[in-house]
Amino acid sequence: MRTDPLARAAARTSACAAALVACLAGHVTAQSITAVSYGGSYQKASTEAWFEPFTAATGIRVGVEDFTGGLAQIRAQVEVGNVYWDVVDLNASDVVIACDEGLLEYIDTEMLPPGADGTPAAEDFAPGTLSDCGAGVVVWSTIYAFDARRFPGARPETIADFFDLEKFPGRRGMRRVPMFNLEIALLADGVPTEEVYALLDTPEGLDRAFRKLDTIKDHVVWWEAGAQPPQMLADGEVVMSTAYNGRIFNAQVLENQPFEIVWDGQLLDINQLAIVAGTPRLEEAMRLVSFASTAEALGRRISYGPARASAAPLITTHLETGVEMGPHLPTHPPNMARALRRDWDWWVDNQDVLNERFSAWLAR
Amino acid sequence: MGLVLPLLVFLGVTFLAPLATMLLRSVHDPVVADALPATLAALREWEGEGPPPEAVYEAAARELGSAREARTLGQVAGRVNRLQSGLRSVFTRTARNLEDVTGGPWREAMAGIDSAWVDPGTWHAVRAAGERFTARHYLNAVDMQRLPDGSVAPQPEERRIYLPLLWRTLLVSLAITVFCLILGYPIAHLIAHAPPRRGNLLLALVLVPFWTSLLVRTTSWIVLLQTQGVINDVLVAVGLVGDDGRLSMVYNMTGTLVAMTHVLLPFMVLPLYSVMRSIPPLHMRAAASMGATPAQAFRRVYWPQTLPGVGAGSLLVFILAIGYYITPALVGGSSGQLISNMVAYHMQTSLNWGLAAALGALLLAGVLVLYLLYDRLVGVERMSLG
Repeated sequence: MRTDPLARAAARTSACAAALVACLAGHVTAQSITAVSYGGSYQKASTEAWFEPFTAATGIRVGVEDFTGGLAQIRAQVEVGNVYWDVVDLNASDVVIACDEGLLEYIDTEMLPPGADGTPAAEDFAPGTLSDCGAGVVVWSTIYAFDARRFPGARPETIADFFDLEKFPGRRGMRRVPMFNLEIALLADGVPTEEVYALLDTPEGLDRAFRKLDTIKDHVVWWEAGAQPPQMLADGEVVMSTAYNGRIFNAQVLENQPFEIVWDGQLLDINQLAIVAGTPRLEEAMRLVSFASTAEALGRRISYGPARASAAPLITTHLETGVEMGPHLPTHPPNMARALRRDWDWWVDNQDVLNERFSAWLAR
Repeated sequence: MGLVLPLLVFLGVTFLAPLATMLLRSVHDPVVADALPATLAALREWEGEGPPPEAVYEAAARELGSAREARTLGQVAGRVNRLQSGLRSVFTRTARNLEDVTGGPWREAMAGIDSAWVDPGTWHAVRAAGERFTARHYLNAVDMQRLPDGSVAPQPEERRIYLPLLWRTLLVSLAITVFCLILGYPIAHLIAHAPPRRGNLLLALVLVPFWTSLLVRTTSWIVLLQTQGVINDVLVAVGLVGDDGRLSMVYNMTGTLVAMTHVLLPFMVLPLYSVMRSIPPLHMRAAASMGATPAQAFRRVYWPQTLPGVGAGSLLVFILAIGYYITPALVGGSSGQLISNMVAYHMQTSLNWGLAAALGALLLAGVLVLYLLYDRLVGVERMSLG
């Protein structure tokens, strides 16, 4: 099922010797690879910032497909041995799981070029953005946002306000997964950021988080797709909602929606580019990954922070509207005052049980 | 025979084979057994109390290393982690750190990396995950678990989800079938006995939504039903409800019921329509001429003749509803989720295909039982799909 890369390379070489012409033909068709991303404005930004310049620089065409995250399709391709995705934009926790399961190729960090200011790659990547199988590309975050029109007087400012139904009545939007919800429940309950995961690791801490969620459960509208929260806010379906910061930014600057982001208690997350194990276009895929890691910052197209320190100064204004990007990035220092970095290892260990418990809690 | 061969081959490849592999997955899982054969063999000597003998540790250390090299360690760790949370990272970390360890005693070495290795619970989980053929996915699918001593017990209360969901799915599917029948029967009657021109127009009104994308229809219901949506706006404008008393009709069970009834309605109307068209209008006139009231004529002459259509439509709607997935995911909120959403979750997100297969097998068994019941009560040969 899964073959040793060396053996595969050897097999390919001998095949080449046997049929040089066929091999050359194969090489020509390899001048096109498939990159997979999440659709919507993020995919548009990725295409403009990475894929199109990559084609212009190397002549390798990039076909862009979209998916909704998760590893099911990658696993199916690898198990069947018919890999047609080459480079995939994945959440860091999925990269950890997929890497352990042998679904991804190892990233050779030596191959990654130095940053724009000459910093070697190993030092340039922010801590945690580079892993065995993934090269970080963006730092994004889950925040909560509200519609300013709904709060003419006092406005929500802290994560505790999200749970305060007396001061800020109205329905809340939350993503229908335990992730982020458990963390902010503890933060809102007064737990300091650095103790959140240690506490969640205990049965008492989990019970406490669920008890805090109980207090607003009847006022929650659950969402699934990233496009829903801005829509629900605009429709007045909810007065505030957790959301991906880039989606709210788009609504703010492109649609002039009076939404405000509360950065207090934001949960930082990293997305990485990874290469599907067994792709016949490994070399091209690796070139794309290293190219994207230094390419013109995505942050001028969508409000996600860079994974490499050297890219930060390059993110100046929004290309489309000229808005100053700094304050809109999750990595902007004032926004980081009470930010939590998602503990991927903890989630990878606990997500099976917590997803079941969360579903059971929802159904009650 | 030769003429249907292509179809048979097609069915075998695209339907029967995938079905069989999925069913097999629900009871068969060789990953751990293949990766840790010596460890599992050594574990057989272990009584189940206290840490196992050194031989187990020695085999485990060796096999964890080779699993890491073969890159199957993640799958092994993931399966053990489902039985005991937290073991995934213990496995991956231990395998990584053991690379620097050159010799035994292995128990101390592994316990030094993580104390979980001297916890009997860890080894019980390894032993359970190592079963090549297992019933645990089915136990899990009915909210049960097997304890280390081999007995079967209910899951802790906060993890019981599948039985309530299966039950809910059955009830919702039944309700939708009844709604479709109540709404579809008069429509089908109207179309079947209208003059051809008007009948065709009405039929088109049924078919146009039928041919419209499912997603478009479902999202249209969101536009109509949401708190700031069309229906609530009208109700507020008319003064039936206050602006702060807007009704919650979507992202809950109401949304699921309304949208699914609408989506599945054509599957009820079409079989009914085709059966009703074959009933000569003379029958009703004959009944009336014999002195039957319209209600009597309907009950004793018309309704019995439409039963094959009622049966076909109901069975069709029910079977489609029981496996429905997109509509509840979009409009169901938290209270309107069905078992199919959990199957999708385990297929796509948790990658626990064994459990997904077991849940699917339970659904399949449920549908088969209903089909047999229907056959016993009504007779399948009387069913007419038009």
